[in-house]
Amino acid sequence: MDFLDVFDIYLLEAVLNGILLGGVLALLALGLNLIFGVIDVTWICYAELIMIGMYGMYYLVGVYHWPYWAAAPLCILMVAALGALLHLLVIEPLLSTPPINQLLATGGVLFFLQSLATVLFGIDFRNLGIRLPLLAIGDMNFSYARLLSFIAAVLGIVAVYVFMSRTYIGTAIRAIAQDRHIMPLMGVDSRRLYIITSALGGSLAGLAACLLVLQYDVHPFVGLSFGPITFLVCVMGGLGNFIGGFIAAFLLAEIIAVGGMFSDLEWGYVLAFGFFILMMFIRPAGLMARRR
Amino acid sequence: MTNHPLLGWAVGAVVLVAVPFVYHDPYHLHILVLVLIWSFAYTSWSMMGRFGLTSLGHGGFMGVGAYVTALAWNHLGISPWLGIPLAMLAAALLALIVSYPCFRFRITGHYFALVTLALSGIVLQVIVASRDWTGGSLGFTPTAAKGNSVLALQFNSKEIWYLIALGVWASGLLVWRLIDRSMDRYALEAISEDEDAAAAAGINVTWEKLKITLISALMTALAGGIYCQYQMFISPDTVSGISVSLQMVFAAVMGGVYVALGPTVGAIITILLGEGLRIGFGTKAVGWDNLIYGALLVLFIIFLPQGILGSLLERFRSRPHAIAPR
Repeated sequence: MDFLDVFDIYLLEAVLNGILLGGVLALLALGLNLIFGVIDVTWICYAELIMIGMYGMYYLVGVYHWPYWAAAPLCILMVAALGALLHLLVIEPLLSTPPINQLLATGGVLFFLQSLATVLFGIDFRNLGIRLPLLAIGDMNFSYARLLSFIAAVLGIVAVYVFMSRTYIGTAIRAIAQDRHIMPLMGVDSRRLYIITSALGGSLAGLAACLLVLQYDVHPFVGLSFGPITFLVCVMGGLGNFIGGFIAAFLLAEIIAVGGMFSDLEWGYVLAFGFFILMMFIRPAGLMARRR
Repeated sequence: MTNHPLLGWAVGAVVLVAVPFVYHDPYHLHILVLVLIWSFAYTSWSMMGRFGLTSLGHGGFMGVGAYVTALAWNHLGISPWLGIPLAMLAAALLALIVSYPCFRFRITGHYFALVTLALSGIVLQVIVASRDWTGGSLGFTPTAAKGNSVLALQFNSKEIWYLIALGVWASGLLVWRLIDRSMDRYALEAISEDEDAAAAAGINVTWEKLKITLISALMTALAGGIYCQYQMFISPDTVSGISVSLQMVFAAVMGGVYVALGPTVGAIITILLGEGLRIGFGTKAVGWDNLIYGALLVLFIIFLPQGILGSLLERFRSRPHAIAPR
C-alpha cells in the first residue's frame, strides 16, 4: 500500500470514516426530508421513532432470537405503521393550523415516546450482542456496520428517487407536494397520499433503526444523541431538498470525523454546529437554494 | 365589593410577599421557589412565543445562564452578582449571533424552530465536551460559601430564596406588561400576521424581532443563573438541551402563551403533576410524568391551543355582563 504513505494515514482514516458516517446521516435525513417536502411538517420526534425501531430490533433479535434478516423487515413495517399512526392521530387534526403547531405537537410525541420507552423498557443500555468485524485496509480500521449503513443509505436514496419519479403514486406525491390545495380538486384522495408518505417516512426511520442498532446501544434517550444532528443536516440542505440533504450529511460528517480526530468527538460535533451557523449566514435557505 | 383591578393586584402582592413570614414548611417553600423560577423562565419563552417566534433554543440560553454564572464563581472567583449579568450578556450575544441571520434572511416558522433547536444542541454539546471545566454530564456544583453569604448569593434559608424568586418572577410580569403596553407589541403582532405587510407599513421587522429575542434571552439566562444559585447543582440535562426547551414550550402552551399569567399557570400545573406523581408512586413513577406531559401537550395543541388560562379568560370575557372596565 505504497500510495497511502503519501497521506497522513490517520487523516485518511478519519476522512473515510466521515464518508461512512455521512451515509448514516444521509439516511436519517432522507425520511425527514420526505415528510417535510410532501406534507410540510417537521417530525421533531423522528429520532424517537428510530429509537422505538431499535427497541423493536432488540426484542426481536436479542430476546426472541429471530434471525436478523427476518426481524429487519418486520421492524421496518412496524415503524412504518407508527409513522402512519402519527400522521392520523397528531398531524391530521392540525393540518389546517400554522405549521409550528404541528412541530410542537410532534415535540409532545417526542416526550411521550421517550417516556413510554422509559416506562416499558427501563433506562438500561441494551445492545444486540452482534459485533460485526472491523474491516482492516492497510493500517486503517473501518466499522463494518457503518459500511453497511452507508450502502443501505445509498440504496434507500436511490429507491426513494425511483419511487418518486417512476411510479404513479410517486408522481401523485410529488404533485401534492407542489400544491396541496389544488390536488383534492383534481379528484385525488390527499388523505391517502399523506398516509402513504408518512408510512414511507416511517419505514425509512425503521431502516435506519435496523442499521443503527448494529452500532449503538439502545436506551430511551438515544434519540437525543442523533436527533439534533439530523435536523441540522436537513436544515442545512434545505428542508425537503433530498440532494441538498445528501451533500449536507457528508459535509457535516466530515467535519465531525476530522474535527473529532484532533480532540474529543464532542468537539467534532461542536465544530459541525459552528459550521452550521456559519452556513446559515451564507446560505440561509439551504445549500442547494437558488441565489436570489 | 369593588372590582378595581389595582386593588386585586395589591392584595395578591401582599399575600405573596407575606407567605414566607407566616409559613415555614421547607418542602412547600421549595416547591414554591421552583414554581416561581420556572414560571419566570416560561414567561421569558412566551415573550417570543406569543408573537409566533417559536424558539427551541431557550434551553441553550438557560444553560449559558446557569453555567457561566457557576464557572465564573468557581474558576475566576467572580461573584454571581457580576456573574449573572455576565451570563445574561453571553446569552444575549449568543441569541444575537443565531437570530440575526434568521431574521435578516427571513427564516421563520419551523425553520426558525429547527435552527434554534440546533442552538440548544450546541450548548449542551459544548458543556459536555468541555468536561475539564464543567464536569461534563456529571454536573457541576458551585463552590459553597459558609452559611448565608450575600456576596456569593448563597442562602440556606428557603424564605430568602422565596423572596428573591418572587421578585424575579414579578419583574418578569412587569416586563411583560411594559411590552404589552408598548408600540412594539402592535408591531410584533403585525409581523406575526404578515411580515411583508408589516414591513410595507414601515415596521423594521428585523429590529423588532431582534429586540424581543434579546429581552427573552436575557431573562432566560437570568432564570438559569438564579436556578443554579438556588439548587447549587446543575447538570447539562436539567438546564440545557432540547428537553429543557421542549419543557418550556410545553408548560407555556399548556398555561397559555397569550396571557401574562399563562406560563405561571403552566409551571404550577407541570411541577405539581411531577411532584404529585413522584410522591404518590415513588420510583415507579419514573417516566410517567413526561409520558403524561407529552400526551397532554399533543392534546392541548389540538384542542386547546390558547392554553388553560387563555381559554378560561376568553370564556369569561365573552360573557356579556362580565366585561371588565378598561
